[in-house]
Amino acid sequence: MAIAIALALIVVGSVVFHFVSPWWWTPIASNWGYIDDTLIITFWITGVVFAAVVLFMAYCVLRFRHREGNRAAYEPENKRLEWWLAIGTGIGVAAMLAPGLVVWHRFVTVPTDAATVEIVGQQWQWSYRLPGADGRLGATDVAHVTPENPLGLAPNDPHGQDDVIIQGDQLHLPLGKPVKMLLRSLDVLHNFYVPEFRAKMDMIPGVVTYYWLTPTRTGTFDALCAELCSIGHAFMRGGVVVEPESGYQAWLQQQKTFAQLQAPSRAQARNDVRD
Amino acid sequence: MADVTHGVAGPVPMPDHDDVELYHPKSWITRYVFSQDAKVIAIQYSMTALAIGLVALVLSWLMRMQLAFPGFLTFIDANFYYQLITMHGMIMVIYLLTALFLGGFGNYLIPLMLGARDMVFPYVNMLSFWIYFLAVLVLVGGFFVAGGPTGAGWTLYPPQAILANTPGQQSGIIIMLVSLMLFIIGFTMGGLNYVVTVLQGRCKGMTLMRMPLTIWGIFTATVMALLAFPALFVGAVMMLLDRLIGTSFFMPSIVAMGERLAYKGGSPILFQHLFWFFGHPEVYIVALPAFGIVSDLISTHARKNIFGYRMMVWALVGIGALSFVVWAHHMYVSGMHPAFGFFFATTTLIIAIPTAIKVYNWVLTLWRGDIHLTLPMLFALAFIVTFVNGGLTGLFLGNVVVDVPLSDTMFVVAHFHMVMGVAPILVIFGAIYHWYPKITGRMLDDTLGKLHFWITFLGAYAIFFPMHYIGLMGVPRRYHEMGEMAFVPPSTVDLNIFITVVALIVGAAQLVFLFNLIWSLRRGRPAGGNPWRATTLEWQTPQTPPAHGNWGKELPVVYRWAYDYSVPGAAQDFLPQNQPPDPRLA
Repeated sequence: MAIAIALALIVVGSVVFHFVSPWWWTPIASNWGYIDDTLIITFWITGVVFAAVVLFMAYCVLRFRHREGNRAAYEPENKRLEWWLAIGTGIGVAAMLAPGLVVWHRFVTVPTDAATVEIVGQQWQWSYRLPGADGRLGATDVAHVTPENPLGLAPNDPHGQDDVIIQGDQLHLPLGKPVKMLLRSLDVLHNFYVPEFRAKMDMIPGVVTYYWLTPTRTGTFDALCAELCSIGHAFMRGGVVVEPESGYQAWLQQQKTFAQLQAPSRAQARNDVRD
Repeated sequence: MADVTHGVAGPVPMPDHDDVELYHPKSWITRYVFSQDAKVIAIQYSMTALAIGLVALVLSWLMRMQLAFPGFLTFIDANFYYQLITMHGMIMVIYLLTALFLGGFGNYLIPLMLGARDMVFPYVNMLSFWIYFLAVLVLVGGFFVAGGPTGAGWTLYPPQAILANTPGQQSGIIIMLVSLMLFIIGFTMGGLNYVVTVLQGRCKGMTLMRMPLTIWGIFTATVMALLAFPALFVGAVMMLLDRLIGTSFFMPSIVAMGERLAYKGGSPILFQHLFWFFGHPEVYIVALPAFGIVSDLISTHARKNIFGYRMMVWALVGIGALSFVVWAHHMYVSGMHPAFGFFFATTTLIIAIPTAIKVYNWVLTLWRGDIHLTLPMLFALAFIVTFVNGGLTGLFLGNVVVDVPLSDTMFVVAHFHMVMGVAPILVIFGAIYHWYPKITGRMLDDTLGKLHFWITFLGAYAIFFPMHYIGLMGVPRRYHEMGEMAFVPPSTVDLNIFITVVALIVGAAQLVFLFNLIWSLRRGRPAGGNPWRATTLEWQTPQTPPAHGNWGKELPVVYRWAYDYSVPGAAQDFLPQNQPPDPRLA
C-alpha cells in the first residue's frame, strides 16, 4: 500500500518540481534556441513515459498485491503486445533523434559569413585572438610560446602580425553576427562554456576545435571552464560581452595587435643578437 | 512456448564422465582464506567490495559537505576535493559494482543456479579474488603515499592526469593505474571462469534457454567485460609509460605554466576513445547483472513467470552487443570529428529500444501477478523507478545536440548516479535481502530492512532528481565550489544544502543495513531451504547454507524453465526447475 502511494507521489512530486521550482535554465542569448526546443521535446516525451510507467506500477501494486487466495495469471509471452510496445518505443525514439540530428547538422555547419575568434585556454586563464585587418589568423605553434608571445604565434607569418591579442580582459562580440569560435589549448583539456550560449566544446592541446553561434542578446555573460583542468578548474573564469556593432568597434580599436605587442621585445631581441 | 515451459529434459547430454573430483580443503586456511570454493570466494569478494564501498560512501559525505558548506570543513581544499571525487568514482564503478555483481553474485549464483558443484577452474577462481584484493590494497595505498591519491577525475583524462597541478601527480596516478591493471588481471581470471562454467558446467536439462535471467545477465556482462577491459588495460599501460619514462602516447607538445615539456606528437583524445571503449560497456557490465537479478526478484515475489522470457534474453544480448558501438557518446563535446555525432547519437538512441522492452516486461510481470511486498520486491520496484528515470535522462545526453548544453554539468552527475549508481545498488540490496537466507540460513530483520528501504529509496531520489536541474541551469560538474555564477539564482545554495542533508541521512541508513547483516547472522529468524518458495536450483540444495560441492551425491536434473510460477492446475504456486513433469499436466 505505502509503496503504491509513494510511487504516485514520486510522479506528482517530480512533475510539480519540474514546473514550479525556481531552478530552470538561464535565458538563452544565442541562436541555439533549436537546442532548447529539442530539449523541451525530450522533456515531454520522457516525462510522459516516466509518469506512465511509474503510475502503471503503482496501479499494479495496488490492484494485484497479495491477498489470501490470490493466484497470479500464467502468461509467458504476448508477441503482439511486445511488438507493439517495441514499435511505439521506436517511434518515440525517432521523434527525439530526428530533430536532434537536424539541429546537430546546423551546429556543426558553420555559416560562410561567420567571423572568426580564437579562444586559447591555459591553466587557468582565457586569452582571445581576432584575425585583424587581413581577416586571417596567423599560424601558431606551442614551440613559439614565450612570455612575450604567450599565444605562440609564428613570428614570421605575415597573417599573424595584425592579429588582435586580448589577454586579461573579456571577449567582446557584436550582436547578431555569426561567429566561429576556434578553440585551442596550450596545456591540458579545457572547455569554453557560456551557459547562455548553450554551446560548448573541449579544447585539446595540439588540435584546433570549434563551435559557432550568433549572439542574440546584449549583456555580459560568465564564461566557465567545463572540462577538468586540475586544481584551478573552478576558478578558470572569463566573460563575454555582447554589444551592438558600434560599441564593439569602439572596443576593438583599443586592442593591440601582435606586431604592436612584439615591438618592444623585437627591439630587445635585435640588441641581444648584436651583443 | 512448450519449448521453454513444460516438457521433459531437452537435448543436453549427460557428461561422459561421472563427476569431476572436487578439490577438498584440508585446513582452516584452505577452507576459509585461500579457498577454492566459489561460495567462499563470493563472500570474500562481496565483503571486500562492501568494505571499500563504505570508504567511497564516506568520501561522498565529505564531497557533499564541501558542496553545501564550502569552507566549513577546513581540511577540504580543491586538491582534496578532486581526490575525493576521483576515488569515489573509481571505487564505486570498478571496485564495488563490478566486483560485487560479477565476483560476488557471479561466484555465488552461477554454480548454484546452474546445478554445478563449483566453478570449472576453482584454483584460478581463488587467484582471481586474491589479485582483486591486492588491487584494492594498492588502491587504498594511494591515500598513504606522498601527495595522496590521484585527483584527475575518475576518467583520468590526459594530459592533466599526469601533469603537475593535478593532485597525486607524484605517485597517486601511478598507484591508480597499477591498481586498475591488477584489477583487470584478477577480473580476467574470474571472468573466463564464469563464461566457461556457464557454457560447460550446466547440469543435465539446463539448456541455455532455461537459465534464470540472473545468469543471462551475469554471463552477458562477463563476456562484455572480457572484451572491454583490455581497452582500459592498454590505456593504463600507455599512460603509465607516458608518466614514468616520458613516452608520448597521449601527450602532444605542451607548454604548461610557461614551461615547454618534452612530450610531442601524442593524442589526448586517443585515451578518451580507449577509456570509453571500456567505459561505456562498463555501464552495462554493471547494469546487465542488475537487469537479470531484478527480473528474478520480480518474478519470484510476484509469483508470476517473467513476461517475455525470450525477448528478455535477446534484449540482454542485444544491449550487450550494441553497447560496444556507442562509446563516443561520452565524447560529443570532446572535439572529435563532428560527423561521429550522427553515428553515435543514432546507435545510442537505438539501444533505448531493447532497454525499454526490459522495463515493459518487468512491469508486465507485475500485471495480474500476486505481488508479495517483501523487501526484495520493494527494492525491485524502487529499482524500476530510478532506472527508468536515469534511463530517460540518458536520452537527453545521448541525443548529441541536447548533450551540448548539458555535457560536463551536474545534469550528467545526476543522470549517471541515478542510472548506474542508485539503480544497481537498489538491486544489490534487493538481492542481498533475497539470497541472504540461502547464504546464512537466516532471514534479515524485516523492520530494519523496511527502515533501510524507505530512507534509501526516497532519499536517493530526493538527492539526484533535483540535481538534474542544477545542471540544467549550467552549473559545471567537478567544481569544488560554485563561486560567482550570475546565471544561477541564489536559492541554488539552499538546494545544495538540501541535497547534502539528505545524502548524510541516506548514508547513515546504510549503517542500519550493515548492522542488520551482522545482527541477523546469529539472531535472524531461521529461513529454511526455500523461504521465498522459488523455482530456481539454488533454493533446492539439500543443505542450507549449501555444503561444499553444493548437491550432495546426485547432481540435480532440470525439467523446466526457471519461471513456472502459478502454473494452472499445479497444486503449489511454484514448480522447482528440478521437479519432474507431472504426467497429468503433460
